[in-house]
Amino acid sequence: MKDIYILAYAQNPIVADAKAANEVELIMPVVHQVFKQTGFTQNDIGFTCSGSCDYLQGAAFAFVEGLSAIQTNPPIKESHVEMDAAWALYESILKIQMGDAETALIYGFGKSSPGDLPFVSTLQTDPYYMSPLWPDKTSLAALQAQLLMNKGVLTKKDMYEALTQSISNAKNNSNALVTAMPSEDDYLSADYLSSPLSAFDCAPISDGASAMIIGTEEAATKLGLQKIKISSVHHSIESSNFGARDLSTSESIIGLGKKINLKSFKPDFVELHTQFTYEIPFIRGLLDLGNVDINLSGGPLAGNVMMAAGLDSIGKSFELLKNNDFHSGLAHASSGPCLQQNMLVHLEKIND
Amino acid sequence: MTEEKKDFFVSNISLSYQYTAGNATTRFLNKVAEGKLVAQKCPKCSAVYVPPRGSCPRCGVATEEELELPDTGAVESFTIVHIPIPGNPIVPPYVSAMIRLDGADISFLHLIQEIDLADIRIGMRVQAVWKDRSEWGTTLENIKWFKPTGEADVDPSVFKFKE
Repeated sequence: MKDIYILAYAQNPIVADAKAANEVELIMPVVHQVFKQTGFTQNDIGFTCSGSCDYLQGAAFAFVEGLSAIQTNPPIKESHVEMDAAWALYESILKIQMGDAETALIYGFGKSSPGDLPFVSTLQTDPYYMSPLWPDKTSLAALQAQLLMNKGVLTKKDMYEALTQSISNAKNNSNALVTAMPSEDDYLSADYLSSPLSAFDCAPISDGASAMIIGTEEAATKLGLQKIKISSVHHSIESSNFGARDLSTSESIIGLGKKINLKSFKPDFVELHTQFTYEIPFIRGLLDLGNVDINLSGGPLAGNVMMAAGLDSIGKSFELLKNNDFHSGLAHASSGPCLQQNMLVHLEKIND
Repeated sequence: MTEEKKDFFVSNISLSYQYTAGNATTRFLNKVAEGKLVAQKCPKCSAVYVPPRGSCPRCGVATEEELELPDTGAVESFTIVHIPIPGNPIVPPYVSAMIRLDGADISFLHLIQEIDLADIRIGMRVQAVWKDRSEWGTTLENIKWFKPTGEADVDPSVFKFKE
């Protein structure tokens, strides 16, 4: 196995409404930023992979149009996942491991403001038995949150603490969308969108884009920057049939904790791709994370660009390692309702 | 009365959006509403795009410089449509053509009318026929169709993308 390093990462300021901007105009600034950080041009990139979902902005083939943001002459090797760009990163890692590329450019973009996100997300569910019933994303999360509360796994107070910690941490991320701290009274008296979740418990509707460049040890050494290594990465998915899952736990997340051998290292921080408040105490318990800092970047509760937020948790971990006296970080990405699919990434700072 | 047993139900799928065209295309469409075709030029390779999407996909850079093009051009490619498309008010047979405006490096799809179908050919010179000004909006439908100008054909080699 080759050692693979993150070489650069950039994120657009997250906005509630990107107005007229199209996918090209969202993607191009972040791609140019990662090129600036590395001194690379598209000619230095061996493989390009993006993550996005055309249903978000309601534009068919937006993922193809988005390619107009990058130089495609001479022709490039390119792929796309209809998923969060964390999985575009995963595909890029496989491409490098197979020897098809030395470097990869990854980008994700999402414009959720033009549609009704909770119902757009319904189309991620099983098309035969589930999506015709139109279960929306918030209601499905509420189902899991209520179950966890009923079982005594977490309380509304835990959810409030997860929220305030996230908003407080958001000051570390100049691109964060939400920085206003709600009082406990405001939080507890807010109307439910779907019991037990109010708007405070849900990540905000966000527009934006992020990009990352990864490369082999040789590429990282050539750059001469602080080396941040992707030491381990695993992902797993559970059934699309909610009835076949025990929503009070997560086989996927617990299994990934074992696969990544979380017992063998102690991360200095954890960045979780958590789009609802309850998911933070839930995953803290599932992975037995103790009192380690979670979402020092503010995480998705402070700004949640669909199809980029998972890549952001990995990108923010890269930045935290690069800019602080940290040595080891754990990043998480998720996809699908009720944390159906998950990815864990162990990042380490390598000193030569 | 016993309730009728249902083995299936119909669940319609529809989502509504506030679709946006993009900042660059919005600038283009606002000019179209004034009867002008404003292209954008790549600062690196000088390729001229109309309609513009705000970037040069060859170079991966933004196309900021704008220039107005004439409403004349040539047929780069065409097809004669014989099959009616549901909801489309145009009665077949008609000509759908890729039209390269003079000064542009890409073509766009539009109609050609006021022509005998047997005469349509690649390289034929055409000009836009605009709707009445009172009907103009932010759409290329301001142009009803293109019609032949009767000028000499252009050599199809001009359609090759300049390197």
